[in-house]
Parts: sequence; structure tokens; C-alpha cells
Amino acid sequence: MKKVYDSASEALDGLLHDGMLVAAGGFGLCGIPELLLAAIRDAGTKDMTFASNNAGVDDFGIGILLQTRQVKKMISSYVGENAEFMRQYLSGELELEFNPQGTLAERMRAGGCGIPGFYTKTGVGTVIAEGKEHHDFDGETYILERGIVADLSIVKAWKADDTGNLVFRKTARNFNPPAAMCGKVCVAEVEEIVPRESLDGDMIHLPGIYVHRIIQGDHEKRIEQRTVRQREEA
Amino acid sequence: MPWDRNQMAARAADELEDGWYVNLGIGIPTLVANYVGDKDITLQSENGMLGMGPFPFEGDEDPDLINAGKQTITELSRTAYFDSAQSFGMIRGGKIAMAILGAMEVAENGDLANWMIPGKLVKGMGGAMDLVAGVGRVVVVMDHTNKKGESKVLKACTLPLTGAGVVDRIITDLGVLDVTHKGLHIEELAPGVTREQMIAATEGTIV
Repeated sequence: MKKVYDSASEALDGLLHDGMLVAAGGFGLCGIPELLLAAIRDAGTKDMTFASNNAGVDDFGIGILLQTRQVKKMISSYVGENAEFMRQYLSGELELEFNPQGTLAERMRAGGCGIPGFYTKTGVGTVIAEGKEHHDFDGETYILERGIVADLSIVKAWKADDTGNLVFRKTARNFNPPAAMCGKVCVAEVEEIVPRESLDGDMIHLPGIYVHRIIQGDHEKRIEQRTVRQREEA
Repeated sequence: MPWDRNQMAARAADELEDGWYVNLGIGIPTLVANYVGDKDITLQSENGMLGMGPFPFEGDEDPDLINAGKQTITELSRTAYFDSAQSFGMIRGGKIAMAILGAMEVAENGDLANWMIPGKLVKGMGGAMDLVAGVGRVVVVMDHTNKKGESKVLKACTLPLTGAGVVDRIITDLGVLDVTHKGLHIEELAPGVTREQMIAATEGTIV
């Protein structure tokens, strides 16, 4: 079964439809599926819901789909870096469901693991708990959170083999594995597709069973906040 | 003289014990890393890293290596990377001994508000709700009063909560307060700060 496609638009062919739920990997602008997001923009898919920790910045990441009004709703933990997001949200054009970051990650992981819901202490006594089932275990109160199963997952990895085994690099792993796991279909973009034997089976971060289509491409990998320290004088 | 930002961070660093895994929030808590001294402390960054190093030298920035504040950082010889679900698994699972974070408001019962001002700024809670619910001990480091001079240590929070009854200790420019079942207990006063000054600057009940 061929998993490797030539371009992002080919890899998404037949997978996009209006009103769909997409789970996207990435944290800030780190490890985001930038090529697939651009292809979704070009495809013009409308009324999309994105489960993604952040919403990118105005002109990069999911931000490019906000500019084109393709996103109806975001499920995110933090959206502070995006002025267009704020404008659309405050004017009521864009729906927003805040999830605590760990709850969002676990909702994705659970959804991919066939777990429809789980109890967590996170958010008990806050607005996040409103309307959710509460249950006490061993004297502590927990709330019920639902697993997420997305119509499509889009993720970014460092390397893949042609069977879809993925290796991530440093903190660019972040939400990519749980996002990949929770999709009915997962498309991964990578910096390099390598021969099978060059990936050590003990070092695979996400097995190819979760990955259905793969593309290789050039990534901008933009830095959101460049912080440095001074070199000491020799 | 009340403590300045660096003195507050240094005082917060005294809370850390050798061998601990710790999560530091943005702002003054980030400065705590400068004062850990000889203690063996491993810093967690909740975007998926244990063993966070300092900022890189100019030219060494790596877009794949950032902290939870999205700043470029470096790794250490002990560094381990993992995904967000595992990261918050170790937070929720109580493996992180302490979180040191900033706050907009703290109440005498340990309620914490640091993520949202209704009608104003809607940025999101990020990982703050998970951290305060999951880690072993929560220490807040913040200025005692806001820019208008109003107390940030309250009888009850007015802003939406990040967590209910989650704060164990509050370190401010005026000193150190512990959250107890009876109210706030003065653990320490900054040099030159009197008990009366602390009480006057605190809306919450000091016992």
C-alpha cells in the first residue's frame, strides 16, 4: 500500500469536506504541519473545526486559514499570539472552545486509543468544569472529559520511512503524536523520507499504523520568539 | 526594603529541594532558574522536555527547540523529549514536585486566578490549569499589589479561576505567606517590612 505522495494537495485529495474536524499537531509555530495547512487554504474547505493547541500567528500556521475565513471553530488552550483570531472571536465570527493544554492532549490520545472519556482533576472548580459530569474517586473530585476523534489529522515530523514510521526532533514532537493518533485518517509531512533500514525500530516515536499518507517538503520552520544569551568574552 | 524581582526569585529558589523535577512559569518564575545553586534540579517545559537549558548563543537558535513560552532554548546532557500527552501525564500524575508561577489574584483559601480577564484579554489557560491541579506543590510568585496599589492577595478571587484551593505558598515583594485552613500565615517578611505593613497590603485574612 503506497503511503508516499508527491505533494500536500495530492495527499489531501478526497479527505477534505466542509464542516470537518481536523486535529493538527504543533506547539506555537514549532512542529506545525505548515505545508498541509497551506494546501487546505488552497483547497478552500469551509466551516472547519480545528483541534490544535494554538492558532498560529496572523500569516503563518492556522492563522492563514483564519485570514481566508475557513475556520468556524477552534479547540485550543492558548491563542494569544494572533490578532486576527482575536478580532474574529470578539466579533462573534469565530467560535472558541478553551481546553486546558493537558486535557486537550489527553482528549486526542484517548480518542486514538478507543477511550471515549476520562476523568481528570484539571479544571475542577473553574469555568472548564461547568456542565461536565463530576465524580469523586478516593476523596477527590474529578470531571469527565471526552476523547476526540477527528475526521483528519495533520502532523509534522522530522523523518519518516515509506511505511509511515515517524521520528520527531526535539520539542517539535509536542502535540503531533496525540493529534496523529486521534484522526480517522492521518497525513504527515516530513523533512525527509528515508529508506526503511535507516530508521532503528527501537527509536520510532510514532509507528506507521497511525499514519496513512506522507509527503516530504521544504519547511520554513519559523521562530516565534528568538531569545539568545551573550557569548562570554574569550 | 521589599524584595525586587530577582530577590523574589532567589527566595522562591529556596523552596526547591535537591533531585526535584520542577516547572517554572513565565515572568519572575523564569528567573528562579538563576538561583538554584548546587541543587540538582531538572526543569520541565510542558511542551515536551525535561532538562531545559539556557537561551542559545546568537546563531545557535533552533526552531525545533523552544520552551512553553515559545522562546528558543537549549538542551542539556540530561535532556529528554516526549509528546504533549506524556508531558501532561507526568504533570497530572503528580511526578512534578513543584510548579512556581505568576498570578493575577490569589485568595486566602488557595484559589488562583491567572488566565483570564473577562471582556478584555482572552488568551487561554495554556497548561496552567493542568499544572496547578497536578503537581505536588504550587508556589505563586508575584507583586503583592497591582499597578493601582490594590491587594492581589484577596478574601476571594474576582477573576475566573485557574484552580480552586490549589496554592500552597505565596511569595511577594513583601514576604512569604502560607495558605492554611484558617487563613494566611506569615511565614517570612522581606527585610524592613513590618507585620502591620503586610496586613495592610493584604485583603485576605492573615492569622
